[in-house]
This record gives sequence, structure tokens and C-alpha cells, in this order.
Amino acid sequence: MYVAVKGGERAIENAHTWLAEERRGDTDVAELQPAQIREQLTLAVHRVMAEGSLYDPDLAALAIKQARGDMIEAIFLIRAYRTTLPRFGGTHPVDTGAMHCERRISATFKDLPGGQVLGPTFDYTHRLIDFKLAADGDVPTAQTGEPQNEKTPHVTEFLNREGLIEEALTEDNTPPDLTREPLEFPASRALRLQALTRADEGFTLGMAYSTQRGYARSHAFVGELRIGVVQVEMDIPELGFAIEIAELTLTECETVNQFKGSKTEPPQFTRGYGLVFGQSERKSISMALVDRALRWEDLGEDDVGAPAQDVEFVLSHGDNIQATGFLEHIKLPHYVDFQSELELVRKLRREAGATDGQEAAE
Amino acid sequence: MLDQPVDTTARKAWLSLLATSPEGRASELLENLNLDTSFELLRAPEIGTVMVRGRAGGTGTPFNLGEATVTRCSLTLASGEVGHGYVQGRRKTDAQSAALIDALMQTAIAPDLQRHVLDPLQEEKQTDRQARAAKAAATKVEFFTMVRGEDQ
Repeated sequence: MYVAVKGGERAIENAHTWLAEERRGDTDVAELQPAQIREQLTLAVHRVMAEGSLYDPDLAALAIKQARGDMIEAIFLIRAYRTTLPRFGGTHPVDTGAMHCERRISATFKDLPGGQVLGPTFDYTHRLIDFKLAADGDVPTAQTGEPQNEKTPHVTEFLNREGLIEEALTEDNTPPDLTREPLEFPASRALRLQALTRADEGFTLGMAYSTQRGYARSHAFVGELRIGVVQVEMDIPELGFAIEIAELTLTECETVNQFKGSKTEPPQFTRGYGLVFGQSERKSISMALVDRALRWEDLGEDDVGAPAQDVEFVLSHGDNIQATGFLEHIKLPHYVDFQSELELVRKLRREAGATDGQEAAE
Repeated sequence: MLDQPVDTTARKAWLSLLATSPEGRASELLENLNLDTSFELLRAPEIGTVMVRGRAGGTGTPFNLGEATVTRCSLTLASGEVGHGYVQGRRKTDAQSAALIDALMQTAIAPDLQRHVLDPLQEEKQTDRQARAAKAAATKVEFFTMVRGEDQ
């Protein structure tokens, strides 16, 4: 039973005013502009876009400012804003083979066409705090080389030629959309990938890590990781043809996994796939590992009861907005609910006390 | 409405260029031309989203990756040409400029627009892209094998 309680309006209003003041912090310190967040906290912006499931760097930067840097709160703001917008249509699937790669590495092949391009990576840094950054350090100028303008082929194509890896067959149906229809199980791979790409990074990382530690181990190699810009085309009905409607920075990860073969398939490598908005390689590698673990049924593998094999468990708990909504609602007033619990406990104790009394008397 | 059909390939190219040009840039270049154009809005600038799709394994089953913001606008010139503009992001002025440029590209002043608006946009985009590609190229690993002594 819910009973409306009034009287909190003034307190709420004052709390929000104080929140605004706290958000600003010390006014002797220059105010942070969304453009600074977009340009200098870019990876935070990318995470908010990926999990907010809306590509718009300016909006994500503003949301981070409004949320005082609370990433899940910022993602919540993005998700809420998205629901107010009409959808003009669906794009053609992005061609990641045509990506302008800014980073492209393979852990399986040293010498591959297109080469190993490190890009602006944290890898191989010493993870020592750089105090120069706090002292207005000079920005070094990036070195340049001869730009490579030909397409960078996917690593899996080489394995495909030998028939050593399962093929990803091209289909062209309209994919299911969990933002339009409620999630139902068993979920198709298309639905699983949509859920994973917007799932919480920490949750996805934890699930992926569990497979590495032995819960449904599939011994994954990063066949390829690429980060860069892709063009996205969409059919425009009033024109009667497609135009490039957006340019997006994406991170793609393809894992190559051991597979001993099954009744229908010869021994070969299998694949896990991750594709995420922005530069977010931890998330895309995690996504690929979890995608692969969830494919046990398609590949005729055993269900070993590992959490990462349980599609319902993974997809139902990976969305941080759903999770935080349900989790945090328990802090909101439940006075009447609790009152009835209190009554119940008191009654049980009275009854228990009465019984004890009887026993003592006997 | 058109005297002759517009070349679809060319139109696709300029609309694509306008869709992803930096904020305010196409509007600025158009303004520099000081054209006195009268038009009527068919569809006022409107912000919405498109659902971006990917493919499992890069080449397989399509799936929904997430949405991106887009602004669109349609208008018609007094002389009858209809222009459509679609731009990435929430940019109402740019969407209207894109629609206006699309309409004007179907008129006699198309060469002027090509030279003073579209060509600079294309060059700037190319320069920007090449600059990033050059930085990426400098981070390409050049492996060399060190000969170890045990076989000698």
C-alpha cells in the first residue's frame, strides 16, 4: 500500500539549490565548460555515449558536468533525453573494414597487412603519476609518418581463406531492438550484442574476467582490435538514395577462440565480437569474451553452469540504468511498507514471548 | 519541378559532406557568399536520432549498436527547387544551411557554391583526416628480429 506524504517540497527545493552550488564548487576556481570535458575527458565522454546508447559528444560532456562526474547519473540523463527524440530511421550496418584506423593491433599475427598501429594508447606507459600535468606542462607535438590510405583488412579474413575459422555469414534482416520491445529469452545473438554494447563496463569486464579465470573458459586471443572513424550511411526516403549521415569513432574487437569441434563442425577457431561507441577497448574486449561465452549453445558446447553462459543472467543484470533504478529506489520512502514489517516483527516476538512464558510455566 | 534531374552521385556526395562537416562551418561559408535567397520551410529544423547498426563479426548478422543524434530540414526556393538537409548532431542552423545549399546546388549558381562552400569543406575534411592518419602512421610498429646465438 502506498500513502502519499506531503511536506517535503521546500526541503527538496533547497536540496537541489545546494546541489547546484556544490556542483559549481569553489568559485575561485574557473568553471568547467562542456567543451573542455569533450576535449580533455574524452574517454569519459565515450563511455557515457556507449552506455547511454546515444552518440553525441557535446551532450555526453554536458551530462557529465550536470552529474558532477557521476558516470551512471550522466548515462541516466542521456538515456532519458534519448526517449524525447523522434527516430528518423535505421542506418545501413557500418562497414568496419573501411574504418580509418587510428589504432589497430593483433595479438595473433605479428606481420599482418596494414601492420600493427599503436595509436594514442596507455599501453606501455609506466602508470606513474605525471606531476607535470598539474603544472601546465607543454604539450608535445605528435610525430607523423606517411599516411596509409588503403583499406585495412580484418585479420579474420586471413584465417577464413584457410577455412580455419568459422565464417560470419552476411544476412540482411532488420535486427530486433530492445529499446522498442521488451527483452525476451532465449535472446538472438543480435539482441545479445545490442544489450552488451550498452551494458555497464564494469559488469561486462567482470563477466569477461570470470571466463578467463575458468568459468566457461574459451581461451580467447585478441585476433584484432581496431579503433577509428567510420562513415555511416542511411537511406533517405525523400531523396530515394542513401547518404553518409554520420561519422563515428568506434572500437571493434574480434577474438579468436579455441574450438575442438563438435558433431557438425570440424575443429576450427571460433569468434567473439565486440563493437562499442567511442574509444573503449576494455569494454569491447570484454564484450567479445562475453559474446563468445554466450554462444555455447550455437556452437554445440556444454553448459557448464558458468554465470557468463547464462544469457538471462547476463542480459538482465548488465544494464546499469535498470540496475541502479531498482537498487536506488529502496532508499526512497517506504514508511508504510516498513510500518507493516515492524508490526509483523513485534507480533512474532509477542507470540514467541508468550510461548516462552508458557514453557517456563510448565 | 526540376528542369533536369540532378546527378544522384554528385548530390549524395555533397549531402554526405554537409552532414558531417564541423559545427557552423558550412553555415559560415554560405554566409560569406552574401546570397539573397528567399525560401520557404517545408519542414522546420527538427532534432531526432538514427539507429546505427553493426554486424556480428564485422560481416554477419546486423544488430543495433545505438543511436546518434541527427537534425534534418527541408525547404523550397522561390524558384521551386526543393532542398533537404541532414546533419549529424543537434544543429538546427546547420541543417537549414545544408538544405539551402542542397536546393541552391540545383540552380545556376551551383558552380559558385561548389567552389566557395563544398570544395573548402572537402579540403578541410581531407586535411584533417590525413593529419590523423599521419600521426597513426608514426605509431606503426616496425618489427625486427634479433638473431640469437645458440645455432651458431
